[in-house]
Amino acid sequence: MDIKLKLNGKAISAQCDADTILLDFLRERGCYSVKRGCDTSNCGLCTVLMDGKPILSCSMLAARADGHSIQTLEGLQEEAADFVGFIADQGADQCGFCNPGFVMNTIALLRENPDPTDDEIRAYLAGNLCRCSGYDGQLRGIRSYLNSRKG
Amino acid sequence: MITIQKYVRAQSLEEAWQLNQSKRNRIVGGMLWLRLGRGGVGTAIDLCDLGLNTIEETEDTFSIGAMATLRQLEQHEGLNAYCGGAVRNAVQDIVGVQFRNMATIGGSLWGRFGFSDVLTVFLAMDCQVELYKGGIVSLEDFADMKKDNDILVRLIVKKTPGKMVYTAMRNQRTDFPVITCALSNIGGEYRAVIGARPAKAMVIRDEKHLLPGDAKAFAAYAAENAPVDSNIRGSAAYRTHLIRVLVERAAKELGGM
Amino acid sequence: MEERTYKVVGKSFRKKDSMQLLLGKPVYMDDVTPNALVVKILRSPHPNAIVQEINTKAARLVPGVVDIFTWEDVPKTRFAIAGQTYPEPSPYDRLILDRHVRFAGDAVAIIAAETEKAALKAMKLIKVKYEVLEAVLDYHTALDNPIWVHPEEDWEPPCEVGGTNRRNLVASGVDSDGDVEGVLASCDIVLDRTFHTKAFNQAMMEPFGCFTQLDRYGRLHVISSTQIVFHTRRILSRALGIPKSRIRVEKPRIGGGFGAKQTAVCDVYPAFVTMKTGRPAKLIYTREESQIAGSPRHEMEIRVRLGANRDGKIRVLDLYTLSNSGAYGEHGPTTVGLSGHKSIPLYTGSLEAYRFGYDVVYTNLQAAGAYRGYGATQGIFAVESVVNELAETLGIDPTLIRDKNMVRQGMVMPAYYGETASACALDRCMAHCKEMFGWEEKYPVRDMGNGKVRAAGVAMAMQGSCISNVDVGSATVKLSEDGTYNLIIGAADMGTGCDTILAQMVAEMMDCSFDDVAVFGADTDASPYDSGSYASSTTYITGKAVEKACTELKTRICAIGAELLGCEPDAVVMESGKVRRIDTDQTVSLTDIAYKAQVNNTIPAEATATHSSPVSPPPYMVGMVEIELDKLTGLVTILDYMAVVDCGIPINPALARIQTEGGIVQGIGHTLMENVTYDSHGRPAERSFMQYKIPTRLDMGTLRVEFEHSYEPTGPFGAKSIGEIVINTPAPAIAHAIARATGVWHRELPITPEKVAMSIDGQE
Repeated sequence: MDIKLKLNGKAISAQCDADTILLDFLRERGCYSVKRGCDTSNCGLCTVLMDGKPILSCSMLAARADGHSIQTLEGLQEEAADFVGFIADQGADQCGFCNPGFVMNTIALLRENPDPTDDEIRAYLAGNLCRCSGYDGQLRGIRSYLNSRKG
Repeated sequence: MITIQKYVRAQSLEEAWQLNQSKRNRIVGGMLWLRLGRGGVGTAIDLCDLGLNTIEETEDTFSIGAMATLRQLEQHEGLNAYCGGAVRNAVQDIVGVQFRNMATIGGSLWGRFGFSDVLTVFLAMDCQVELYKGGIVSLEDFADMKKDNDILVRLIVKKTPGKMVYTAMRNQRTDFPVITCALSNIGGEYRAVIGARPAKAMVIRDEKHLLPGDAKAFAAYAAENAPVDSNIRGSAAYRTHLIRVLVERAAKELGGM
Repeated sequence: MEERTYKVVGKSFRKKDSMQLLLGKPVYMDDVTPNALVVKILRSPHPNAIVQEINTKAARLVPGVVDIFTWEDVPKTRFAIAGQTYPEPSPYDRLILDRHVRFAGDAVAIIAAETEKAALKAMKLIKVKYEVLEAVLDYHTALDNPIWVHPEEDWEPPCEVGGTNRRNLVASGVDSDGDVEGVLASCDIVLDRTFHTKAFNQAMMEPFGCFTQLDRYGRLHVISSTQIVFHTRRILSRALGIPKSRIRVEKPRIGGGFGAKQTAVCDVYPAFVTMKTGRPAKLIYTREESQIAGSPRHEMEIRVRLGANRDGKIRVLDLYTLSNSGAYGEHGPTTVGLSGHKSIPLYTGSLEAYRFGYDVVYTNLQAAGAYRGYGATQGIFAVESVVNELAETLGIDPTLIRDKNMVRQGMVMPAYYGETASACALDRCMAHCKEMFGWEEKYPVRDMGNGKVRAAGVAMAMQGSCISNVDVGSATVKLSEDGTYNLIIGAADMGTGCDTILAQMVAEMMDCSFDDVAVFGADTDASPYDSGSYASSTTYITGKAVEKACTELKTRICAIGAELLGCEPDAVVMESGKVRRIDTDQTVSLTDIAYKAQVNNTIPAEATATHSSPVSPPPYMVGMVEIELDKLTGLVTILDYMAVVDCGIPINPALARIQTEGGIVQGIGHTLMENVTYDSHGRPAERSFMQYKIPTRLDMGTLRVEFEHSYEPTGPFGAKSIGEIVINTPAPAIAHAIARATGVWHRELPITPEKVAMSIDGQE
């Protein structure tokens, strides 16, 4: 079937099967930041933004993206670059496999709530699993970014 | 892995209903757990174009479209004001924000899942579902109906004055619950709703009028009257124990004890 | 304590790859390899069965299916997939596909197809007739069971480790020091307790995966998410029957390993497909496959007998470990050793005798493998729990009882191969952690009302820094024309940051900036030999190789510089990026030297060095936890977890801290929520992240990690290891806190809310 969507700001027309999963659709189009870590909608590695809202691309048919805007980390490099250095300073990137999904959801969080408390950060990112970092380093990174913004 | 031959965005409920009469076709709600599906689907019917993704508040009801997401429920000020945050409490530990941005109220209720926090919390209120062919049915009756080929259009929550509390036990914060528990006093009637038994949520009314006086006795009554079973998240005995603990705590939190 | 000041070592640099990772660049196996044949594995539903007939006719007719392989198609040489130095302690007990399948999930057929859809469709159409055999599912009954998991004649242990397939015995042994029974008989108090830990999964975010193709010379080129490129080459060579010169194995960035990828879990399948079809092939395990056909921790039952005096002096420890290796023997003989050798020596300060015996058995369950901690985690849960129980029984503060008995700097450790604790700050870790944690205030149990109590627990841990007399690390350091350096290693950075800390060492040695060191690894064609990244060895072993290579390179740079300066090599020094002639103060730049190295030159402007160690200096650690426990629901909430680690000199404190935090949270997962249960076919119920629940960021409380430095004389810049020890304290510390709160000692992991609630008196 034919679908039209905005991918990272660019209008595209594409062909896909009725059962093509958005995650696979995106990787086929070079959006390699989108990762698969489970098959049960549990890990958050495949997080992308649909019309600005974070969703799990492993759990959506590409067909549903027809007529919508999809953003992956490939399209939000500058917005991400603003804060990910602070996470790097903590060494909390570690293996990195969860990073794109976690960064995408952090972008969504900060757009929705530009000055979150630590508990709000934890709650918003609860659906992003990480097995390396123990999470606290990610939190410290976001916190030091927020502090830096306050001058 | 599931295979799907065709994807259709229904342009009317009638079209969706017609398509849904074939056993090979299926309505896709939030689309979660796609890769867990087995076998083949003929046509995936998507209701996303039907404007069912809103929560409308009137003087005496909330009308929640089947495609409204759990995240919308969580963030709806009016609904949470009415229920004292019970809805927010019920959904906030469901996997994560991304998941709740996708999972729909229609999908959650239609599945009549045993683990459903959503079914539990709404059974504690005066709720009805609107079925496309079946018309308006109380949520409690709907929960007991067999899955058929009808379509759940919306959930209607009546603003009957009352109070409610939601609580659940989880082994890990975003896991399926071991037990869910909602307790309410709606229009003067006390009821406990117990889910994840692991069978689906059931309503236990305070027929012996133990509340508001005796929280402990009502908790024991609820535990006696909620059949439970074992699964990997907990044994039947533990579930019965939890019902006693959570109902008593909820009753005390509800107040008037 | 010897502690020096360094310019680059000891500083928290960002990881070399951090911005690539954080910005989602394509760096993992599936990102950097092209589309290829999709490889899928048909798996046995039975735990023990013989494939009587296998019919692939209908499956082969599926459009897009390229080939299907069964046991009849594969070589008949048995091999092991454990990433270990040859001759491996793990038995050669596998074939690529075996007619005899030994666990529910064992491979029955390999499907190669153009698309995933075609492969999965074909999988459904393969008809297999099994002769279902009775299975050994309870590891207590495995030894000398009439049912043999490995009845085959060609079962072969490359090393003698006390095992025989005729008894379902992978390995067996005992060692001791002193008169164990005599000392036990003379003790005031003897505690005899049995502990049980399960086959926890590493659950690294990137599942197992491997890509294979024939390179431009027709050689097998393997790009694998692996910790062990050289071992994988050797394993494939044996399994496929092709010479090592025909195989190249490289790893891209790895999405986590934790030991899982110290076993070549999936590599043989695509490699076999490529050898048979000549085409590129790719296999990526689903999460379910990673959970049920991976290489999880060895399930162990550990019986501890501890003898002590009334004053708290711990005089004797007697451990017996029964380890469940599952259907294959990978890492079975070695993991078990750590359950005793890295728990008993913690009490070197007072022990008069010890004994450590073990049996490792085969069962018809998923084969176990290497997981961070590697047996030490299991043993330390047992020993530290018994010591806590001793303290509570005697009414002695558990931190004080440890002060009385712990290993200290300079002590010889009979239970640790007779090694001397040459760098040991365990005593300072305890004092530091107590103060940071506020032990005096938090140790007493506090009733918070409504059934909730707060309580604290403590545990110590140790690990090693390599496999002594075995592990080999190498490094090549090259000078470039602009005075920058390339570091080439065979160790595998799996997210831990070893590329970064090794580059820091180069910068320190060569007196250059950290940014002037580029790192490459790991590739069997290009890297100098390295055992790989496991056994906590990369900092300690490969780090020392880096130090040695830099020393040699400096000598060579000086020799080339001396030629340019017209003097003997011993008349110059290298300093601040220049070589200076001592008597004239004339200098030449590294750029001049590097260019000179490319013209009419016989002195290489590069050096390779190799290191191995006769000792494995333990890092030490103290962890303390404060919990809030709901006595009615059994819910345990971690409030604070604090730890102080002695890893020698931390090369990069930020990365050492993250290692520690990550290890603690994995440990919390095993202790409280990660469960492994089986159905009657031995199939794990927890086969996805929907059922196998690892901690989220809402499950781990607040972490605080600090370091006590010691200086390890045999390590690079005084460093020991950090990667594994950090997972060892949560189980005993949390079990301790739970016992403080409820009066019940839980000796089986995980300690779920149900176990807590239902163990309290008066709650059925």
